[in-house]
Amino acid sequence: MTTELTRLSAAELAGRIHARDTTAVEVTQAHLDRVAAVDRAVHAFLHLDARAALSAAAAVDEGLRRGNPPASPLAGVPLALKDVFTTVDMPTTCGSRMLQGWRPPYDATVTRRLREAGVVILGKTNMDEFAMGSSTENSAYGPTRNPWDLDRVPGGSGGGSAAAVAAFEVPLAIGTDTGGSIRQPSAVTGTVGVKPTYGGVSRYGLVAFSSSLDQGGPVARTVLDAALLHEVIGGYDALDSTSIDAPVPPVVRAARTGAAGDLTGVRVGVVSQFRGEGYQPGVLRAFELAVSRLRELGARVVEVSCPSFDHALPAYYLIAPSECSSNLARFDGMRYGLRVGDDGTRGAEEVMSLTRAAGFGPEVKRRVILGTYALSAGYYDAYYGQAQKVRTLIIRDFAAAFERVDVLVSPTSPTTAFGIGERVDDPLAMYLSDLCTIPANLAGNAALSVPAGCSDDDGLPVGLQVMAPSLADDRAYRVAAAYEAARDAADGGPLAYRVPALEVVVR
Amino acid sequence: MTTISRDEVAHLARLARLAVTEEELDLFAGQLEVILTSVARVGEVAAVNIPPTSHAVGLTDVFRVDVPRPGLTQQQALSGAYATEDGRFRVPRILDES
Repeated sequence: MTTELTRLSAAELAGRIHARDTTAVEVTQAHLDRVAAVDRAVHAFLHLDARAALSAAAAVDEGLRRGNPPASPLAGVPLALKDVFTTVDMPTTCGSRMLQGWRPPYDATVTRRLREAGVVILGKTNMDEFAMGSSTENSAYGPTRNPWDLDRVPGGSGGGSAAAVAAFEVPLAIGTDTGGSIRQPSAVTGTVGVKPTYGGVSRYGLVAFSSSLDQGGPVARTVLDAALLHEVIGGYDALDSTSIDAPVPPVVRAARTGAAGDLTGVRVGVVSQFRGEGYQPGVLRAFELAVSRLRELGARVVEVSCPSFDHALPAYYLIAPSECSSNLARFDGMRYGLRVGDDGTRGAEEVMSLTRAAGFGPEVKRRVILGTYALSAGYYDAYYGQAQKVRTLIIRDFAAAFERVDVLVSPTSPTTAFGIGERVDDPLAMYLSDLCTIPANLAGNAALSVPAGCSDDDGLPVGLQVMAPSLADDRAYRVAAAYEAARDAADGGPLAYRVPALEVVVR
Repeated sequence: MTTISRDEVAHLARLARLAVTEEELDLFAGQLEVILTSVARVGEVAAVNIPPTSHAVGLTDVFRVDVPRPGLTQQQALSGAYATEDGRFRVPRILDES
């Protein structure tokens, strides 16, 4: 019975809880049991709070027992929160030694909205330090493993959130996507991950990495579940000055419409820049198959060239480190977090340098130094300034493309999950994982990854990326839901259920 | 095309208030060289008359109604501090004594 509960979608779980066929406490306990059984192998969680989760679940049950309507369509459903959102009742480490054990004095807006919606937060998930990375190996607390193959990475930076969902530890998770940190982990773990339009989900209480790019969003096993979560966390927030004061796009309706399986009249553009050299052949074959399914569903598929996307990766690796070098200046050992070397003789500046040396891992240090370089006098115009112009060109490419098509599609990542340790000593190889996801961050528009079957060369999940214009997130959901329904019908069930049974794995 | 010396990395690390070891300097100088050579490709784009974009959405000043609202209490603000004294953050000396 309890095993069965962990196999259900968030929508199904909510339906049963709200109809009082089961209780939120029972559902929460089933997921806690699952975490206890598999998380030693997966290591998706950095912190688990069973007592708080069960008490939040009991509060949902109590409300329903009194005849109150559920606080939201997801009330009572368990969720895992990426450890980059502040939580008053749990530590917030950002995967860094710098913030080991830090208890923030305030909740992020996303955290608050989840609590108000009756969503049960089980704990905080592992991530690359300060969200910098594509494999979750940059966590100071050890890597997360991919439930599909424990010797491979779950992607990053939100590998913990994606792995928790893929391993059936939770039906829902929250990630953040600065250059692909929701979508790429989702692609390599066979889950659905959405980067909403920039400004669509509040960044208040999201520890900043690159402020002009960071965006929180949902991770789930189905498109509908992601949409339900999107509507819970999305919407205007006065506490975030970049929050968009507009209604949340009707993503749940779009997911339901899409699931009916008709894409007649929808114009889909295949980005011609995103294939060829550097792409795993099995990933490209899975992608081509996905595109032909879209065609079968009635979509009109055309090729679209976005030439400046070729320069998105280098522009990103100038803009993101530049913003990070500035944002991470706050970790100075003075008001919170780690302090090292304060022996009564050293001055603040030396303590600061020692603290940052001890608190940051190699990738964060590399990016801080790179950003400091790119912003320094004499190099500013050639690097940061030029990257900002590339950003303009990418926005123009998207605008021109969306005059011709409703959505753009590409593989989410050029390869399937790679081996743990394979790319840690080669930053550039690691950065290439985000080749296809970065343009949407630079332009700020909506994009998601939906499972597109497995690569025929290694049997590992592949993601189909669907990109839509800003504030047209619903378009991406509609296309993804239609594709998901067709793929499930053709494959005899959701991809997520083909993940290996982890309990039998002994390590 | 780009070269970044070990000394330059050491200088940047100092600017960024990062104490780095000799081994880190060797490692980072090599890696940053590779990364910089790659990202320098942004220079290939003809960008005359292209305005820069700093932000995906147009940023405007955001104002709120000028009424007091609760902030952190002193206790909350100090809750994550390494050291406190008299209800304040205690920090190492900030001026050289020499």
